[in-house]
Amino acid sequence: MNASLLMILPEEVLTLGALVLMLVAAWGGQASTKAISWTSVAILIGAGIALIGPASSGGEAFYGLYRADAFGAFAKVLIYIAAAVAIIVAPRFFEQTSGDDLRPEYPVLILLSAVGMGMMVSAGDLLTLYVGLELQSLAAYVLASFMRRDTRSAEAGLKYFVLGALASGILLYGISLVYGFSGTTLFTSIATAYGAGHSMGLTFGLVFVFAGLAFKISAVPFHMWTPDVYEGAPTPVTIFFASAPKVAAMALAVRVAIEAMGPATDQWRQIVIFASLASIIFGAVAAIGQTNIKRLLAYSSINNVGFLLVGLAAGTAQGVASVLFYLTVYVAMTLGSFLVVLQMRDVSGEPVETIASLSGLSQRRPGLALAMMIFMLSLAGIPPMLGFNAKLAVFQAAVDAGFISLAVVGFVASVIGTYYYLRVVKVMYFDEPAGAFQRGNSIVEGGLITVAAVFVSPVGWLLLTPLGVWTATAARALF
Amino acid sequence: MTGFPILTVMLAVPAIAAVACIFVSANAARWIALLATLVDLVLGIWLWAQFDIGGPQWQFVEHVPLFGKFGWALGIDGFALMLIMLSVFLMPICIGASWIAIEKRVQEYMAAFLVTEVLMIGTFAAQDLFLFYIFFEAGLIPMYLIIGIWGGVNRIYASYKFFLYTLLGSVLMFIAMLWMAQFAGTTDIPTLLNTDFPVHAQIWLWLAFFASFAVKMPMWPFHTWLPDAHVQAPTAGSVILAGVLLKLGGYGFLRFSLPMFPEASAQLGWLVFGLSAVAVIYTSLVALVQSDMKKLIAYSSVAHMAIVTIGLFAFNRQGIEGAMIVMLSHGLVSAALFLCVGVIYDRLHTREISRYGGLAINMPKYAILFMLFTMASVGLPGTSGFVGEFLSLAGTYQVSTTITLLCTTGIILGAAYMLYLYRRVVFGDLTEDDVRAMPDLSFREVALLAPIAAVVLWMGVYPESFLAPMRADVGTLEARIARAAPAGDSLPTPGKHVTPVAHGEAHQ
Repeated sequence: MNASLLMILPEEVLTLGALVLMLVAAWGGQASTKAISWTSVAILIGAGIALIGPASSGGEAFYGLYRADAFGAFAKVLIYIAAAVAIIVAPRFFEQTSGDDLRPEYPVLILLSAVGMGMMVSAGDLLTLYVGLELQSLAAYVLASFMRRDTRSAEAGLKYFVLGALASGILLYGISLVYGFSGTTLFTSIATAYGAGHSMGLTFGLVFVFAGLAFKISAVPFHMWTPDVYEGAPTPVTIFFASAPKVAAMALAVRVAIEAMGPATDQWRQIVIFASLASIIFGAVAAIGQTNIKRLLAYSSINNVGFLLVGLAAGTAQGVASVLFYLTVYVAMTLGSFLVVLQMRDVSGEPVETIASLSGLSQRRPGLALAMMIFMLSLAGIPPMLGFNAKLAVFQAAVDAGFISLAVVGFVASVIGTYYYLRVVKVMYFDEPAGAFQRGNSIVEGGLITVAAVFVSPVGWLLLTPLGVWTATAARALF
Repeated sequence: MTGFPILTVMLAVPAIAAVACIFVSANAARWIALLATLVDLVLGIWLWAQFDIGGPQWQFVEHVPLFGKFGWALGIDGFALMLIMLSVFLMPICIGASWIAIEKRVQEYMAAFLVTEVLMIGTFAAQDLFLFYIFFEAGLIPMYLIIGIWGGVNRIYASYKFFLYTLLGSVLMFIAMLWMAQFAGTTDIPTLLNTDFPVHAQIWLWLAFFASFAVKMPMWPFHTWLPDAHVQAPTAGSVILAGVLLKLGGYGFLRFSLPMFPEASAQLGWLVFGLSAVAVIYTSLVALVQSDMKKLIAYSSVAHMAIVTIGLFAFNRQGIEGAMIVMLSHGLVSAALFLCVGVIYDRLHTREISRYGGLAINMPKYAILFMLFTMASVGLPGTSGFVGEFLSLAGTYQVSTTITLLCTTGIILGAAYMLYLYRRVVFGDLTEDDVRAMPDLSFREVALLAPIAAVVLWMGVYPESFLAPMRADVGTLEARIARAAPAGDSLPTPGKHVTPVAHGEAHQ
């Protein structure tokens, strides 16, 4: 038992930290917001440090309920980074935006959500999976409607909650089918049941579990909440939604697919390939008409999930490694582009969200425009940006596994997506400046954007070798 | 060869200069760009001087396994050397051509051009499949910006069309590359050049590469992006587009399609021949009726590129050498022609042919240089155009007389549209007052055009300088594709043997 407790050290750090901070918030009130935010970031860093040791190499904890392996640790690093960024940028955003102020619950909720996400990526049992997922989601529902007086934010929260509850129901139904037909909720035993032979009940369970997971990663056809929620939620919360829970849900989907349902690969592969192509094509086509940058990025994230699923469809260790690599680059691109959105304020300091308001950005804020161009081209997968290497990795995995037609359709469809990324570049670089734009005055945000832009620029190639080693090690943990 | 990583330095110089340009004033950016491109030109000349003709196939090889799956692998053979020379030669001229014409956002403009130079040299020097693709595709970004920001009225449409059209062509090639890397277990181009892919797979791979190179080239009917891009791009943008970027397609056929998929190349050669023959005749006729000078030259580019493709797919030495010389020659001549258009566009701000006339009277220097390039484009003996077209068509004649017959009409039509253009612009009477007021070439403009004129004549009179570095590589390529070479339809048949009769015997 002691060994198990050491293996969940990051979750313990986060839980205790969140609980203590909640008490501090209760007594300290509004005034303690800033201190709590920075302490939360410190706790996330502490949880990251706690990953060194048994938490990333311990193996099974609590009799198989929980996995402490390199795969989980890799995903958790990404989750903690994304969560920390979402906390860091919040105070300034709420300060400058009229309406609600930042309350100290915000960082605490993100910490609790991080606990849930940690459980998701380390789940070794369907129940751990579900508890982790719900913990993450419940915190997220509250965060989506954090600006209580803003109708859009409230709508986003409600929509997210109703559809999320539906998805949880579907997932639970799938879990109950799997449990009913295999007699267990442990991933290893479920894998044995799938390996034992064909069973209609187990196949149905698989379909429902994947449908529930598809909602969480916002893959088509379970994507419809994404644009509304991304648009309505306050931008720092959107930053969080687009990065950390995506990583958690994707890593969870990979773990369930490989560890629990590995013997049924041929069955879930059909679902994954459909969701993948549908997401790539729909995400690309639907984004073309968007005028709101947050909605555009929401469709872009749907599009990117499609590419992530290409790697999963390969079903090999190489495929899983490519998914992890893609996730790493995706987090950098998403954080970066949403941080740029955060800088979009008119002279009076109010946030603007239309793409048109970016026009002529390259003349007013050349550095910011350059960073945004790097993010857009990287999301489109144009070399020499790192987003290209990510696409290279997933498609290489698919081709190596023999799915050439999937690669052809997916890659050709990515050209459609390029159109709307180019449109953003066009607005920033070709159009004449329209209206004044507030000067950037936050060193922290500027620094974060710079780091993300340098990472996805050709300079990031230098990190390809270590990242390749890490993702391969993490992927091997599942096989 | 030497331990000095000259290719990396040639890539680094413009890359560093591009970054530097962003942080300085407009005038300083101009000088930095000019200096960097001249340094690269000097390095290029040194590269040529050091190139060991008849030495190993790949020279100046650098290999650092830097990026996990693929390495920083550079190295050149004779083909790459010549095309790198073309790039570094045209680059300072492009900067010079933009010296005054570009007034807004000079720093970004110069940076974009320098990045283009990096990517072009990188494309020709890459020895790793993925590294090649990265350089090849990344070239779209600076050209997109150059057309979109500094282009003409309809620049947005042209920039999108250019980017998406060429990207769509390339993605299929990328999938083919993934498959090849998996099949051969390596991404090293020299190794892949000697890998024999199964014939049925070759067909698919060839088609995927064809999709990309045919668009880049551009071959009819995939050429429609070219006139738009050319007309809207600023002068220097057109120069670099016609001068070097169009050569990427030909280089791709030469480097990948032919040696990697010889059987497929032979089996699908009819496709290339057919499209090329249509291109020569159709685009020449289209060029004949253009009223916009840049459009006319753009269409003539498509016709010239068709001569390149038939030469390449002739599977023999004359054809391949001719194709390379046409590429080099067209790179110089079309660049010069776009500069000539740019010269008068800068003065009158219109490209309408009918607005000009009688320039020989008030711009004699211009008329002489323009005539030289017109003649070179037509393919007059003594100019570079003749050497290339003659070799290419001679090579093709051994394979197909019909195609040669059709493509040779391109030379006649080429003479028609180029001389017609020249007559309308340069001869005739000076009727317009504003045309009469146009000054002759300035020193800067002469300095831009004179070096090209010199090289065009050099290549026309003594092409050996340019053929020698490529000779061994053409031999290697020919040996590689010999097993699939199609039988020609014009093999000399044995004639009636005439027995020489001694004088006087007839009288008996």
